[in-house]
Amino acid sequence: MKRQIPFVLVFLAGAFMAFQYYVPHESSEFVYEFLLDWTMIIGIFALALGIWSLYQVSVDKIKLRKENWAYSYVTLIGLFIMVLFGFTYKIGDSWGMYSLFVVSLMALLMFLIQTTISKSKGLWLGLSALALIVAIAVTVFDDSWGVAFMTSEGLKNTMFTNFADFVLTPILSTMFSLLAFFIASAAYRAFRARNVLASLLLIAALIVMLRFNPYMPFGLPDYMMKISNWLMNVPNLAAQRAIVIGIGLGIVATSLKVILGIERGYMGKG
Amino acid sequence: MKVKLLIAVMIFAVSSFCVAEENTAGIDTTATAVDSIRLPAPPLNLTGKDKPNDHGHAVVLNWDLSADDGAGANSVLRYDIYRWVPQLMLDLDLVRDSISVIQKILRHTTNGIKEGSQTDSMKNIFSVKTRDELFDIRNKLIKYVKKENKGLAEASKSYPSGGAWLYVDKKPSGTKTFVHIGSKEPTSSSFVPDFANLYYRVYAVTVKGARSSSQILGPIQSSGQWFNTYRIPVAYSVVIFTFLTIYYVRKAKKGADLYVRPLGGIEAVDDAIGRATEMGRPILYVLGLGSAADIATIASFTILGRVAKKVAEYQTELLVPTYDPIVMTVAQEVVKSAYLDAGRPDAYKEDTVHFVTQSQFAYVAAVNGIMLRELPATNVYMGKFFAESLILAETGALAGSIQISGTDEIAQIPFFIVACDYTLIGEELYAASAYLGKEPVLLGSLKAQDYAKAVIIVLAVIGVILAQFDFGHYFVKLFEVAN
Repeated sequence: MKRQIPFVLVFLAGAFMAFQYYVPHESSEFVYEFLLDWTMIIGIFALALGIWSLYQVSVDKIKLRKENWAYSYVTLIGLFIMVLFGFTYKIGDSWGMYSLFVVSLMALLMFLIQTTISKSKGLWLGLSALALIVAIAVTVFDDSWGVAFMTSEGLKNTMFTNFADFVLTPILSTMFSLLAFFIASAAYRAFRARNVLASLLLIAALIVMLRFNPYMPFGLPDYMMKISNWLMNVPNLAAQRAIVIGIGLGIVATSLKVILGIERGYMGKG
Repeated sequence: MKVKLLIAVMIFAVSSFCVAEENTAGIDTTATAVDSIRLPAPPLNLTGKDKPNDHGHAVVLNWDLSADDGAGANSVLRYDIYRWVPQLMLDLDLVRDSISVIQKILRHTTNGIKEGSQTDSMKNIFSVKTRDELFDIRNKLIKYVKKENKGLAEASKSYPSGGAWLYVDKKPSGTKTFVHIGSKEPTSSSFVPDFANLYYRVYAVTVKGARSSSQILGPIQSSGQWFNTYRIPVAYSVVIFTFLTIYYVRKAKKGADLYVRPLGGIEAVDDAIGRATEMGRPILYVLGLGSAADIATIASFTILGRVAKKVAEYQTELLVPTYDPIVMTVAQEVVKSAYLDAGRPDAYKEDTVHFVTQSQFAYVAAVNGIMLRELPATNVYMGKFFAESLILAETGALAGSIQISGTDEIAQIPFFIVACDYTLIGEELYAASAYLGKEPVLLGSLKAQDYAKAVIIVLAVIGVILAQFDFGHYFVKLFEVAN
């Protein structure tokens, strides 16, 4: 029964989605949109599980003093401090005792981690309670900032935007920019003329690269342009289309297998 | 006095004549601001019908071009399309405008205003309580509009009294068709009700602003359909393919020997796990950036199950950092079941499959960190990958791991081929689960795929040959799929 119900649900949802493609009626669209809304709702709940998983893995790393364990503190502080900034906003002209609030909550996080990994749990629990009391007291008595759960005012918190704009975005851009160097090293490996096929690949690549190079000091002869366009539009496109047709059939076959219960790998039953 | 009376009678007679003409012929030749300019010939034969194969709320209008379309100095510049709406619709438009204004206020007083800007003080005008009240009013108005919209069909029967002509859109000269796609949302000002009488007219407008109306079209109605006939070719293909699959699955079940081409990447999985065991290093399995709804990710779950089972048997460590929390949850279940099947449930660790982040390059940074710290013997990349594919694969190559990859993302396949030792190209990813399991039912579906590909190749060759002749387009039309 534990296995049957999921299969029935998968069959019903899969069959509905397959039929929905052919039914443009409003009622069909309504159910489709309703199901999509549910996937979003499930996703949000799953995110809580994800954050819990990240917390556990990071705490384990600290606990077992694994390699580079100290970075796990950075992960956890980063995670919780951004959540904190995202839910708080300035009301008056100054932030008042907001920094004390942030520090006490970060201290609470540290003490809770210590509670799980340390032997003297009582001490850390006491300190956690103290940090929590301070945080609550500041929240109650300080009117210069507020907590926004229902509105997006926290997203305008300068701490939140500064961390996002001046820390997160540059780091992510740095990671992305690594791609340029990796493409160079990958291209070097791919274009080594080891045999006839690899040599053909090298020649084709050179022609196409010259065609798209904006810094060519001289104009490419017309026939080179034509060869480059032909390479891109005929052999390259033909191969891509062949792969796409195969992928399309594969997707239909896999979907059928999932709907009919032949493929059960996603349920842990291969 | 007599002169005044005469003028009044003349004005009355002229206006009566114009109204009578519009009512009998339906052609409005009065609607011009420039009386001295000659009016263009009106568009003729205005017809309309419900837009086929849609969810409703849309109609298609057709007309014959004005005789003055493209004709000299009096040339028609454009066609203006008007629609008659009952008074109820006009009244509801006022309510819709109010909803729109409230929504704007709510947006501006929550997240629309830059902090420190001049309008920032506006936030303070509306307290949280006021905003809650505004939300409440907005919801009540939406409810009211939805309720009253039900009376539109009845109200539209009152044509031509108790309503007005509203401008819908304009089309350039030379256009003979207009598809009026209204909104299905009752709260939208462009809402077009289904099963209500709709009336349209089209004006031919000249450069100088003179215009002539076509005959009035109506009543016509829009409605939603229960089957999209444009997608019949897809339906045929799916039915044929389903039968092929079921046929070969049954054949395989009866014990037919089905040959499956060996896949280097899949055959290497066992060796790679053995290598990891010998080296005492973990295996890194990356499910990509796809969601649990992506077929590539679903195929990857099956491969993960097989890999996890082998890993459990060989007692090697497995690391599965995930990008999507739903994928994490499913992957945890898959790995847990695999350990159970291998008879080693005790060896399963909760953090084998763990969540990292939903930011693409932060995920790359985390996985690269794992590669460089843990130095896994084998990296398996199966699923949906985007710009991060090469960064991951190159880092893995630098770390000296054996790498096996598979994706259905066309743009990423070359990167994987270059940087990995084995790559499953496109559909091979989906075939991998069948190949690993060697189960007859799964192999049967592979056979069906192969025969479907053969059919497509034959059709492509026929298409190429027929395209050389004039009637080739008839063949192409058979496979046309419109939205």
